[in-house]
Amino acid sequence: MYKYDQYDQAMVSARVADFRDQTRRRLEGKMTDDQFKPLRLKNGLYLQLHAYMLRVAIPYGTLNSRQMRKLAHIARTYDRGYGHFTTRQNIQYNWIKLEDAPDILAELATVEMHAIQTSGESIRNISADQYAGAAADEIIDPRPWAEMIRQMTTFMPEFSYLPRKFKIAVIAAETDRAALRWHDCALRIVRNEAGKIGFEVFAGGGMGRTPFIAYKIRDFLPTGQILSYLQAILRVWNRNARRDNIHKQRMKILVHELGEDEFRRQVEEEFQHFLALGEDFPQAEYDRIAAYFAPPPFETGLSEEIDRSDPDFALWVDQQVAAHKAPGYAIVNISLKPIGQIPGDISAEQMELVADLAERYSFDELRATHAQNLVLPHVRKEDLHAVWTALHEAGLGEANLDLVTDIIACPGLDYCSLANARSIPVAQKIAERFADAERQKDLGELKIKISGCINACGHHHAGHIGILGVDRKGTENYQLLLGGSGDEETSQAKITGPGFDEAGIVDAVERAVERYREIREPGERFLDTYRRVGMDGFKEAIYG
Amino acid sequence: MADSPSAGGPGGGPGTLEPTPGGERDWLRFRDDSAPDEPAVSLDAFLDQSNAGSVRIEAGDDVRHLAPHLERLRLVEIDFPKFRDGRGFSSARVLREMGYDGEIKATGEVLVDLIYFMRRCGFDSFAPDVPLDRADVESVLNRYPHVYQHAADGAVPIWQLRHG
Repeated sequence: MYKYDQYDQAMVSARVADFRDQTRRRLEGKMTDDQFKPLRLKNGLYLQLHAYMLRVAIPYGTLNSRQMRKLAHIARTYDRGYGHFTTRQNIQYNWIKLEDAPDILAELATVEMHAIQTSGESIRNISADQYAGAAADEIIDPRPWAEMIRQMTTFMPEFSYLPRKFKIAVIAAETDRAALRWHDCALRIVRNEAGKIGFEVFAGGGMGRTPFIAYKIRDFLPTGQILSYLQAILRVWNRNARRDNIHKQRMKILVHELGEDEFRRQVEEEFQHFLALGEDFPQAEYDRIAAYFAPPPFETGLSEEIDRSDPDFALWVDQQVAAHKAPGYAIVNISLKPIGQIPGDISAEQMELVADLAERYSFDELRATHAQNLVLPHVRKEDLHAVWTALHEAGLGEANLDLVTDIIACPGLDYCSLANARSIPVAQKIAERFADAERQKDLGELKIKISGCINACGHHHAGHIGILGVDRKGTENYQLLLGGSGDEETSQAKITGPGFDEAGIVDAVERAVERYREIREPGERFLDTYRRVGMDGFKEAIYG
Repeated sequence: MADSPSAGGPGGGPGTLEPTPGGERDWLRFRDDSAPDEPAVSLDAFLDQSNAGSVRIEAGDDVRHLAPHLERLRLVEIDFPKFRDGRGFSSARVLREMGYDGEIKATGEVLVDLIYFMRRCGFDSFAPDVPLDRADVESVLNRYPHVYQHAADGAVPIWQLRHG
């Protein structure tokens, strides 16, 4: 994985000093809270209901054991002994004191980590396929480009105060594990007819209160021109977006208002202009970065056999293990969705255990996923039982990847000042309702995503079953949505009808799920059945 | 950009910025020439008046309209009605990319922490609504030893330092 050189380290250290100084000036009353707010947001410090939350960047979801141990240390020293993995492959801490924040950033800088641009109106952490470098189906590791984009988008002066946040994702496989088209800008690495590598570019996606699925704006962009192209997109948006209404300033709104073709035309025009300036990264810089992502020294001649005599282990293997590109290796998904727990939460002790496993069994690499789980990307098949045993003993052995209890949920009204309703208790109740392992397995892939308000941090628009918490005359109310997806066949979920109270929404989800079981055809997932029969096929079952 | 004192030599970032000497009045002006004294007019008025040399750009104005008139232009004031309105950053960069080398002054809600990025975008003088603390400005301008990308200040980006 990437290693900082003296320049990267100097920049991150300077940022710590910068933020320490900003915090001092705020505490001395040299700036107003309004003026301080965007500065702290750009360092990931976000004021929630009860305390500050600090969101730490995990670039393209990749981290090593040393970094994970530091995250555990921070959880124990500055928070309440746990952290929360987010839907953008980051980690956040929910109980941070403002005066501690500069020290935490300094601790992060010692392990090549930071919280730069993890919140606020900025170019956010670059997300990527969590199986990058390991997936059997990828054409190349997308992370060198993600790292290049991380560097070029760090402290970009022209885009210091963008209209809103800007999220980028990069993948290199047909299968989309990164919810690509829900991003402001998404890149899929493809190979053209001449055998050249390039980007398929999508723009204008996003969830929030006005969801849009990104349009494809270019079939093929040579990889060496990515900085010019990204700058073109950013400039068209920065110059032309509305600035009078924060809810209308995301790029998706501009793309929608200009229309796909006019947006593309303006971007192409600006792109030609940037190309002529000659500011793109050279091949030598790509080569330098790519060298850090060279495949680890995989052993050869390993056994492909997995001893399945322990039925609990076999169940876990079937659900949590994915195909690896190297013979004898497997990708291990670690569920952060134990039944009845908070989705994405992990204790300091669990972080340390996972760090140990990464060091011992996975070439010191870990990944965070946008579905709020973790990954050990390179595990020998012969080590799977040992890994499972350790995870199981630490309460991390749940076998529910992509099943009905693998729920994405935002922090909701338990933490967030924007929320209208709680998300976590609803996720917990649904997971408890469907806890039975055989029932889950029978239902198959079923992605439930819960947001506590229309800002959609819980990705309800992309849920096979989505749940949206709203405030209805002072009480929490939950709308049910069906048919969303964040995969390569992206779709936006639709509202079924009137909402439910907290107990009612769990029953309504169960009625929808049972309806699916009744009418599914062989091999159909919930989403396939929904797409075949439409909302009408479910409505009566839900509302009676 | 010929006259920017910020342009670091090889290996230099914007960390070498020095305000122009010349007393309190000038410490937020980073140019050696004398300041234009004619009042800036609106973009529409500028385009109508063939002799105007100073123009005032509001946040929504398109500076590309100035392209045919760079010869007579000595001062462009770019206004920041709210510090969070970042359109002015693009306006300054576009002007420098067009080859304009006269003064670009940031006016309005110009805050200490904006100035570093404004300098990189080509601003070379500042007229904030609310006075700034000189020590704070200098500290912010000298904070970052390097830059990750090209901009209008001539600073050499890290990738270029890496490859000589």
